[in-house]
Amino acid sequence: MVRLTIDGKEVMAAEKSTILEAARSVGIKIPTLCFHEKLHPIGSCRMCVVEIVGFTEPVTACDTQVIEGISVTTQSETLFRMRQETLKLLLSNHPLDCPICSKAGECTLQDLVYEFGVTQVENRLPAISKPIAPYATPMIQYWRSRCILCLRCVSACRELTGAYAISCGKGEDGPTITVDPDKCVSCGQCVQVCPVGALVENKHPDRWRPWDIQKIRTTCPYCGVGCQQFLHVKDNKIVSVTGVEDGEPNMGRLCVKGRFGYDFIYSEERLKTPLIRENGVFREASWDEALDLVADKFKKIISEDGPDALAGVSCARSINEDSYNMQKLFRAVFKTNNIDHCART
Amino acid sequence: MTNSFGEFADAKTIMVIGSNMTEAHPVAASFIKNAVTKGAELIVVDPRRHRLVDFATTHIPLKVGSDIAFLNGLMHVLIEENIYNKEFVSSFCAGFDELKAKVKTYTPEYSSTICGIDPEIIRQLARRLAAAQPAMVCYTLGITEHTCGKNNVMSVANLQMLLGNLGKPYAGVNPLRGQNNVQGACDMGALPNVFPGYQAVTNPDMRLKFETAWKVKNLPDKVGLMIPQMMDGLVNKKVRGFYIFGENLANTEPDIKKVEHELASAEFLVCQDIFPTETTRFAHVVLPAAAWSENDGTFANSERRVSRVRTATAPPGLAMPNWWIFKQIAKRFGQNWEADSAQDLWDNEISKLAPNIGGIKYSRIEKNGLQWPCPTEDHPGTPFLHKEGRFTSGLGKFNPVDWTPPAEVPDEEYPFVLSTGRRLYHYHTRTQTGRCEGLNGLLGEETADISPEDATMLGIADKEMIKVASRRGEVIVKANVTQEVPKGLVWMAFHFRENNANWLTNPAFDPDTLTAEYKACAVKLSRIC
Repeated sequence: MVRLTIDGKEVMAAEKSTILEAARSVGIKIPTLCFHEKLHPIGSCRMCVVEIVGFTEPVTACDTQVIEGISVTTQSETLFRMRQETLKLLLSNHPLDCPICSKAGECTLQDLVYEFGVTQVENRLPAISKPIAPYATPMIQYWRSRCILCLRCVSACRELTGAYAISCGKGEDGPTITVDPDKCVSCGQCVQVCPVGALVENKHPDRWRPWDIQKIRTTCPYCGVGCQQFLHVKDNKIVSVTGVEDGEPNMGRLCVKGRFGYDFIYSEERLKTPLIRENGVFREASWDEALDLVADKFKKIISEDGPDALAGVSCARSINEDSYNMQKLFRAVFKTNNIDHCART
Repeated sequence: MTNSFGEFADAKTIMVIGSNMTEAHPVAASFIKNAVTKGAELIVVDPRRHRLVDFATTHIPLKVGSDIAFLNGLMHVLIEENIYNKEFVSSFCAGFDELKAKVKTYTPEYSSTICGIDPEIIRQLARRLAAAQPAMVCYTLGITEHTCGKNNVMSVANLQMLLGNLGKPYAGVNPLRGQNNVQGACDMGALPNVFPGYQAVTNPDMRLKFETAWKVKNLPDKVGLMIPQMMDGLVNKKVRGFYIFGENLANTEPDIKKVEHELASAEFLVCQDIFPTETTRFAHVVLPAAAWSENDGTFANSERRVSRVRTATAPPGLAMPNWWIFKQIAKRFGQNWEADSAQDLWDNEISKLAPNIGGIKYSRIEKNGLQWPCPTEDHPGTPFLHKEGRFTSGLGKFNPVDWTPPAEVPDEEYPFVLSTGRRLYHYHTRTQTGRCEGLNGLLGEETADISPEDATMLGIADKEMIKVASRRGEVIVKANVTQEVPKGLVWMAFHFRENNANWLTNPAFDPDTLTAEYKACAVKLSRIC
C-alpha cells in the first residue's frame, strides 16, 4: 500500500493505483471528462489536473500513479481557473447547439460548464461547418462539430469491443475520428461512452430528453450470454437500449443485436389475435373459442390414442416461467413426457 | 458452463473449439480479447479462420468433424509423455485406465491423418496445455452439432479432467449456449426425461414429489419423445396433436423439404408465437403470445445465472403471456393452477420444486442475477462447479470415445463439405432481427462462403450467384469468396428462407442426443450462368 495525503486527508492506496482512484476511494471528487471507469486512462482532456506539493506543474490525476508520501491538492483557485480554461478551449469550437442536441441533459461537457460557471468564451473560433459525417455503420451518426476528441470511442472500440475500428486521424478541416467499415461491428459501444452528443444513434427519427425516459433493466433476448440492458422507454415505447455498466456478466457491453435489435416487438406483423384454420384459411377467433378448440381436440386424441399421441416443443427464447408451465401442462394435465425444446442445437 | 464469463478476461490460457464467438456471442468474445491483450494464450481450434483467430496465438484449422481424433491425439501425448495432472486424476477421477487404453492408438501421426494437423503441432500444443494450468475450454455448436456430438463433448471433458482443469476459476468445460434461455428451458424440465431441476421422470420418488405439489395422480413414468422423434411421429401418426411454442421448425431443422412434409402431415397443430412464421403456415390454431419486454420473468444464461426480464410495454391486441395461455388450457381439463404471475410461479412453485435454484427468489435478483446451484436463500450462488474436484456423482468419470466420421462425407458427385452456423447481424430465422430497423441493411442476404482456391478452380467470381446442391435440395445463393474458409469447405447460415442452409443439411442425428449434424454434409457447387 502507498500512503499519501489528498486535501489534507490521509489516504492508503494500492500500489500502482492512480491519484484519481485514491481520491475516489475516500469520496473526494475530482472533475473528469475523458476518463471512463471501464477504460485505461486516456489523459486527453486535462480536467482532472491536481497539484502535488513540490511539483512545479499540476499533473493529471487519472493517469498519474500514487507516490509514497505526496500531498495532493484537488481544489484551488489555480486549478479552478485551469479547468475553466480547459472548458473554454473546448467550447471555443464546440457548437452551443444544446437546445437541439439529443445529449442535452446527460452531457458531461454541459454539466462541467454548468459546474464551473463558464458563461462566456472570449476567443470563440469562427464556426467551421462540419456536417454530420458519414460513419462506418448506418446505425450511428457522427456529429463532427460536437466532437471534443476525448478519444473515449477509440479506447472503447479497442478495450471493450476489441474491434479496433476507430482511430483518430486528420480530416480536411482538422482532426477527426475515423472508422474502418471493414472492422466496425455496429455494436454502438462508442455511442455508449461518448460524453457529448458527437456519437448518437441513428436507428429511428424519434427524439427524447433524458427526463422523458424511464429506464427498465432487463436481460437481452438473443444469445446465451445474458447481457444486462437498460430499456429506455418513452411514452410506452422503447426508444433505445444501453448496457448496464455494473451488470453481470456483460459489465456495460452490448453487441449490435443487443443494442439495436429491440423493435421487432412493435412490428405490424405481430400476431394480435387467436387464429383458427377453416377451409384452408385462417380466421380470427376469440381466446375462448381457440382454447376450447385446442382443449377439445387434445381431449379427443387422448381418449382415442392415449396421452402419448400428443407432443410439444417449448421455446428456448421465452422466460423460464413459460417453459415451466408448458411442461407442467404436458405432464400434469395431458400425462405425457413428450415435451422437448431445441436444447440440442 | 462449469465456469463464468467473469473469468474470461483474466484467464491465462483459453482454448476455443468449434465456436465462432465474435459473431455468435460477441460480448463473450470481447472478454477473451481482453485476456489476450493482457498476455493470455488463445488457441482457436476451428476449420475456419474466423475473426477470433486474429487474436489467437495458435490456430488449429482441423478438418470438419475430426475433433475427437484431434483431442484424443492431445490426450495421447499427455499420457505418453506423462505430463497429465496425475494428482487430479488419481484423487478425483475414475476410468483413467480405459481412457489410456483408448487414446493409445491415437498417436499424433494417426490423429493427423484424420484431422489434418501436423503431429508436431499436436505434441507442442499438448505440452503447452500441460504447462499452462489452469486453461479454459470454450465450445459451441461446432462440437455438438455432429452425429458424434455427445462424444465430442465427452472428449472435451476428458481432456479437461486429464489436465486437472475443473473445479477452479479460469478453467472448466464451457459450452456457450446459443439461445438466451436454452439453459432455462432445460432447467425448467422442458425435456422428455426430467422434471424441473433435472429430477428424473423415471424416479418414483420424484414423481411422487411432483404429484403432491401439482395435486395430480399418475404422472407418466416413461421418458418422452425428442423433437426428431416427434416429427417422425407426425408422419406415422403416432403423434396426432402437436403443440409448437415459439420455434420455427420449418426453417431451423435439417432438410426443410422433409420437415415441411412432416409438419404438413400433422393432424392437429397448435402454434403459439409472436409472428406468423414458415411454421405457423401448417397450424390449425395459432395463439398470439406476449414477447420479450412484454413479460415479467426470468432467463438463465450459459453460466447458469438466473436474471430478471421486465415488462416495458404492453403486448399488442389480444396477445397474452405464454404462461397464462398454458394455464387456461389446464383449466379446460379441470385443473385450476393457482400461480397468477411469473413471480408467483417462480417464488412459490418453481424454486420450491427444483433444489438447485431453491435459494433464488425475485427479491434477490432485482439487480444482478444469481448462478445456480443456489440451494438456500442465504447461498451466494456458484460461479464455478465441482469446487476442489467434488463432482456431482462422486468421482469425475472419463468417458473414452473413438472418432467417427460425419454421416455424409464428400464424394465425387458432392465433393464439398457444407458447414453451417450463425452470423453477427441476424439471429436464427430472422423472425425478430428481420423486423428490426437497420439490421437488414447490415446484412440483407445469405451467402455461400467459399475459399479463393475453390472459387478459382470453379471459375466463380466473388458475389456471383451460384447453385449449392446436396442430396436433399438446392439453393441459389451469392458466392462470398473469403480467406476465412479453407479449400473444400462451404459455409452458410440459416437466417434467410430462400437460400437457407437447411434446404441442404443432412437429417442425420447423434444416436443419444438426437442433435442433427448441421456442421457437416456433402454438397456440390456450380455456376448458373
